[in-house]
Amino acid sequence: MIELDRAGRTFKVRRNVVHAVRDLSFTVSAGEFVGCLGPNGAGKSTTIKMLCGILTPTSGRVRVAGLDPSRRRTALARRIGVVFGQRTTLWWDLPLADSFELIRLLHKIERAAFRARLAELTDTLDLGAFLRTPVRQLSLGQRMRGDLAAALLHAPEVLVLDEPTIGLDVVSKAGIREFLLRVNAEQGTTVLLTTHDLGDVERLCRRVVLIDHGRLAFDGTLADLMATAPAHEDIEDVVTRLYKGEAVLADGGPAGADQ
Amino acid sequence: MVRTYFLLAWTWTRAAAAYPVSFWLMTVLSLAVAATDLAVILVVFANTTSLAGFSREEVLFLYGAASLPFTLCDLFVSNLDRVSRHIKDGTLDTFLIRPAGAWLQLATDRFTPTRAGRVVQAAVVLVWAVAALDLDPGRLWMLPVMTATGLVIFTSLWTLAGAAQFALTDAPEVVNAFTYGGHQLTQYPLAIYGRDLVRGVTYVLPLAFVNWQPGLYVLGRADPFGTPEFMRFLGPVAAPALALLAALAWRQGVRHYRSTGS
Repeated sequence: MIELDRAGRTFKVRRNVVHAVRDLSFTVSAGEFVGCLGPNGAGKSTTIKMLCGILTPTSGRVRVAGLDPSRRRTALARRIGVVFGQRTTLWWDLPLADSFELIRLLHKIERAAFRARLAELTDTLDLGAFLRTPVRQLSLGQRMRGDLAAALLHAPEVLVLDEPTIGLDVVSKAGIREFLLRVNAEQGTTVLLTTHDLGDVERLCRRVVLIDHGRLAFDGTLADLMATAPAHEDIEDVVTRLYKGEAVLADGGPAGADQ
Repeated sequence: MVRTYFLLAWTWTRAAAAYPVSFWLMTVLSLAVAATDLAVILVVFANTTSLAGFSREEVLFLYGAASLPFTLCDLFVSNLDRVSRHIKDGTLDTFLIRPAGAWLQLATDRFTPTRAGRVVQAAVVLVWAVAALDLDPGRLWMLPVMTATGLVIFTSLWTLAGAAQFALTDAPEVVNAFTYGGHQLTQYPLAIYGRDLVRGVTYVLPLAFVNWQPGLYVLGRADPFGTPEFMRFLGPVAAPALALLAALAWRQGVRHYRSTGS
């Protein structure tokens, strides 16, 4: 469903070329739930943006749902849902329900199918109380639930989330996690999320992809990741050592060996 | 595409209605700005009977013929020049994940019908000038042609302005020189400018084909700069060429979009 083959993206910053992502390869099969980890600036967001067609890779190959994201962006938009934790995709001054209606028209979703889908999402995400509220007046937790609903209205095959739980309180976080697990289990939606919240990883992700300095530093199950460390360490210790580049990685090299 | 355009435009209209005071202020302000443009021409003719050999009615004809397509573009596509702001705010990402073209979404971004007043003003001036002038009816077919040409040229200019902002994120105002500046320039007979400038807006940036060249044909006048007669009809060639260039530039711009860190 998601394929990266030696994908790379460079940025020119003044005279220097910065490799935000380099030679990144991994694949995600249909129905998987994958967490993408990495320290700030590791290239997680750049990767996500290449997957949804916002950024054009400077090298390598990217495929999502069989499409080249940067060349078939609008076709891909009909098949994936994208959520940015730090930025809403809803229309700021419109009531939530109006944003949804607009998404229906943009995605050309049939009215009956849309109604059923919206009713279901309103129910599971508990949106009923603020459907008529302009987006700018929503709390962060409400807005995030609205964004999730917006990303799923067209029943996408793939859901890509960039830090969906950032800034949320424990109750909101739990609600979002439970919802994502349901979407993945019941509808078989492939989910890829980035996060700094290790609770997200523990509760959600069967598989973890760790990106550091734009390269793949680890790819395996959460159990595999824990197995790389002494038994008394918890996930936080393991990830801390990985981020600091102290751990030996799956491919044998230290994390962030070069830049 | 047209359906999506109006859908998004209507959305922004409703969003703008959330701020009613701003809505009415904008309407009044945009009409006031348009009125000053016109006032300048009328003041000039209060002191002289001709401007570079053109009568008041002829100058108003050229003004209307340039302003009609310009104000229509100002209404419908001018928000393309907000690209740099969306790049800086990071909001362009949002546009790129929707199943509609980025160009269309940016063109409709913050669409406001308050600019429609200026279109009406331009149309009124044009119609009045045409009625006041004793024009050869056999040449009036050029009016719709030149308006369409002008629409394509100004839309292309705004698209180029937007495309340039992918590279010039820090200097978005530079491109205004070509869009708003282009309109200021074409409001008057090009005969008042120097020969080199007129060459530039004929052969490089084809602004002369918005109203000057075809306008000379409608008015039945020779070009003071002595360009041959067939140049009057080259608008429909120059405009698509510019549009093609603009489309390619836009494509390059989007492909080289860098997004923002988050």
